Amino acid sequence: MSARGAPRGRLVPYLLSAPAMLLFAALLLAPLLATALLSLHSFNLYKGIQNVYRLDNYTDIFTDVYFYEIFARTFRLALLVSLISILVGAPEAYILNRMRAPWRGIFLLVALGPLLISVVSRTLGWALLFGSTGLVNQGLLASGLIGAPLQFMYTETGVVIALTHVLVPFMVISVWATLQRLDPQVEHAAVSLGAGTWAVMRRIVLPQVMPGILAGSIIVFALAASAFATPAIIGGRRLKVASTLAYDEFLNTLNWPLGAAIAVLLLVANLAIIVGCNRLIERRYQEAFG
Amino acid sequence: MNRNGPAALLFHALFVGFIAAPILIVCAVAFTPDGYLSLPTHGPSLRWFKALAANRDFVEAFWTSLWLGVLSSTIAIGFSVPSALALARHRFPGREALAALFQSPLMIPQVVLGIAFLRYFTEIGLGGTFAGLVLGHIVIVMPFALRLVLAASAGLDPQIEHAAISLGASAWRTFRRVTLPMILPGVASGWVLAFITSFDEVTMTVFIASPRTTTLPVRLFLYIQDNIDPLVAAVSAALIGLTVVAMVILDRLYGLERLLIGRGRA
Repeated sequence: MSARGAPRGRLVPYLLSAPAMLLFAALLLAPLLATALLSLHSFNLYKGIQNVYRLDNYTDIFTDVYFYEIFARTFRLALLVSLISILVGAPEAYILNRMRAPWRGIFLLVALGPLLISVVSRTLGWALLFGSTGLVNQGLLASGLIGAPLQFMYTETGVVIALTHVLVPFMVISVWATLQRLDPQVEHAAVSLGAGTWAVMRRIVLPQVMPGILAGSIIVFALAASAFATPAIIGGRRLKVASTLAYDEFLNTLNWPLGAAIAVLLLVANLAIIVGCNRLIERRYQEAFG
Repeated sequence: MNRNGPAALLFHALFVGFIAAPILIVCAVAFTPDGYLSLPTHGPSLRWFKALAANRDFVEAFWTSLWLGVLSSTIAIGFSVPSALALARHRFPGREALAALFQSPLMIPQVVLGIAFLRYFTEIGLGGTFAGLVLGHIVIVMPFALRLVLAASAGLDPQIEHAAISLGASAWRTFRRVTLPMILPGVASGWVLAFITSFDEVTMTVFIASPRTTTLPVRLFLYIQDNIDPLVAAVSAALIGLTVVAMVILDRLYGLERLLIGRGRA
């Protein structure tokens, strides 16, 4: 059909996608634009939202130590979750890839299936393990690794563990996808030339799966930085991150313009990281392999 | 393929334990006969599932979630099919930009979408309404619906359609009798994936749901913020059970491995 040169033929794809295009314009672009405008308004406890256009909310966020602390915590948590996801997810993808037929498929589903389960349910599981039943502490005490029970609920450690659980499947997917394109013969060649396991890992496997690890890290970092339900449940009301802060400004303090400014910053940071890192990876690996 | 060594298998066992532990504990606690959080060490009981069935808030939230999921994924599929056909069959200026636009909800944090929708829907008079929820969910599930329909449409042989048209079938008849049946597995799995996504969505919905239109995950989330008891474990276990059913359906229709790993991921 694409070969057809008639004017009507050229219009076909636009006509077909017009409904969805209009839908996205009305329900995605317009609300985001309105939010960007809202973030410029000011908020007054007595008079409500004032229709002015100033950068006050942004200067507030950038100068207040309170906000700085929350954004720094968000960044720190996301970074830790990404690093642990690499350490846990990448080796697991490699191990899965070396498994034999039935187990490979079964454990791949075990590793990835939780992605389809509600985040609230999965986080509740961690709240149960950390808190009331305290199975994690019981296990650690019994194994002799710790002398006294550790505090996981309402701590950054707890949030990092639960968020890693929620997001590590994305790392497994990403590394797995890269491993599928890898030629196992290269590994065999290295072994037959006398390379040890460690050397094969470091010199052959790791460089080749690096694009997958980096792509996975971007996804995990972006999702961890904007995660809401898990930090809200495990971190509680005191251990705030950017998204729970925005939630509080909107639904408790009712300072919508400030909440909108936080949302705009979150969105811009997210897009900058995703787009920026993707560009970087593409350029680097085009040079190396292209 | 060569086998994994003992160290690798130990790592794998720990990983599986890490992934399964929180899910298993939720399901175990849901069957406790006690009035407090505990493991059902002296026999399982359905006490908390009965309590759940008698809890009006949770039952109402379940129906809201169900209708919301059905409506938003059906409408999203309705928008996805023509767009997917356009993207899969035609090369036209702006094609890449359009594909990126349709996938863009995945790159926008759900909190940001929630905030944007809250303000926007309040402005246009849909604040706190069920219609607002449906509209918001359509945007969130579109990338998932579109991806699977697109994958099915891309594998289509245009010669078959040309044959139908040359035999005198109208464009609509060709679509309904030839194209649609061929992409139906993709459409059906796209619908199920969209439904699960909508049914599980909490972050965006928590902003735009009103007390009358609260969904099940949002109700669960708000409840957990105040206290954690075996009732929430029962709700979560029920949610996990539903997800497993949906996963089995998806596996039959499309293949879970292909769905989770398949190409076209952002």
